[in-house]
Amino acid sequence: MCLAIPAYVEQLLADDQAMVNLGGVHKAISLALVEDIMVGDYVIVHVGYALQKLDPLEAKQTLIMFNEMSKLADEVNKPTTK
Amino acid sequence: MKYIDEFRDGVVAKKIAENISLEANQARSYHLMEFCGGHTHAISRYGITDLLPTNVHMIHGPGCPVCVLPIGRVENAIQLAQIPRLILCSYGDMLRIPTANGMSLQKIKAQGADVRMIYSSADAVKIAQQNPHRQVVFLAVGFETTTPPTAVTIQQAQALGLTNFSVFCNHVLTPSAISHILQSPEVRQLGTVPLDGFIGPAHVSTIIGGQPYEYFTEEFQKPVVIAGFEPLDVMQAILMLIRQLNEGRAEVENEFTRAVLPTGNVKAQLLVAEVFELRRTFEWRGLGLVPYSALKIKSNYAEFDAEQRFQIPTLSIADNKACECGAILRGVKKPQDCKIFGTVCTPENPIGSCMVSSEGACAAHYSYGRFRDSNVSSRKANA
Ligand code: SF4
Repeated sequence: MCLAIPAYVEQLLADDQAMVNLGGVHKAISLALVEDIMVGDYVIVHVGYALQKLDPLEAKQTLIMFNEMSKLADEVNKPTTK
Repeated sequence: MKYIDEFRDGVVAKKIAENISLEANQARSYHLMEFCGGHTHAISRYGITDLLPTNVHMIHGPGCPVCVLPIGRVENAIQLAQIPRLILCSYGDMLRIPTANGMSLQKIKAQGADVRMIYSSADAVKIAQQNPHRQVVFLAVGFETTTPPTAVTIQQAQALGLTNFSVFCNHVLTPSAISHILQSPEVRQLGTVPLDGFIGPAHVSTIIGGQPYEYFTEEFQKPVVIAGFEPLDVMQAILMLIRQLNEGRAEVENEFTRAVLPTGNVKAQLLVAEVFELRRTFEWRGLGLVPYSALKIKSNYAEFDAEQRFQIPTLSIADNKACECGAILRGVKKPQDCKIFGTVCTPENPIGSCMVSSEGACAAHYSYGRFRDSNVSSRKANA
């Protein structure tokens, strides 16, 4: 029941609610636990509540980190010049 | 889909796997526990174990809220649901948990009890508003992620002046369960399966942040890396743990920086502190009594506490003797080590807690891992 995917905020609604798009499924969720959410943000949703906003810059950084080759890999693959 | 596809890329997964193989020291082994059921599910579903060198072992922890709810509390919920005209609401997975005599909320629903599956705790308040002449009880379960929504719900019920709504609170805390595992006599005495480090939960950490894990790094010298739920997140966290262990470091690191702040979600934490307080002890299925590991509703909100409103006896019901969940949750045994795994105990007919939800260690292994086992053994047999 913890499985969840980031949701795209499409519209802010009354009563601290928002309409989000969860991979094509539209759902009204509560923003009671978060602050400063705007249309276009991505949020992590759990049992109908946004728990946190996703930080796009940090996401980019993480993807860059994934693609970093291990320093060891460079050493192993280093052409031997002898 | 954004924030999903790029975190499931198979080519990048191979690259991280290569880094792991290069950096994992062949002279030692690594026993890493993923605490959270969401990670257990991701590891099984994406076959992450297959991408790891043989000396890197993943141990499935007790972070599945459905799995750790003690049977006595399920029995309590079943009894509540049998009170005439009472409506009992809970999240879908809860309805399937069988008790010792094979009963479940689902079954008593079929027999006429008014048990309703809800998606959000807010739905329970709506049901109470729509049924002013009936008692509505929300069976609340889960870790730090579901607790803030329950707190919001209780405050909402108070603001609406509802007199027919209460919460049967079973919320539990992640850090206390981790320390319990590290201090458990099995892990200390057997020593056969040392836990070298932890993958910290994703969603729980969005709420509590990284700070609560510093205790493990300081007190037990075990590194913790908080990871997102996608397969690449988990693999990168494994690599980061291996690096810490190789360098003799024990720190809290955060792979899931796109959603986890060091201090977590302070707004949610304050809400929880306003509505809930610690229980001195609470039973976890598979782990037994764990001190200060659960929350109860504060006396200011007593009117919304089902334990105050109804007679709820303390029931302790042991699991089937054959069930190895306790040892599995502590990393001492594997699902395959259980004699009734996959035969008597299956997801359709779960005997023990780890088989109940798809996030439990046994259920995850049943759904995704067991064919790999048989392939491996037939390959061995053919060799
Ligand atoms: S297979 Fe079933 S009985 Fe065996 S350890 Fe797992 S949950 Fe318990």
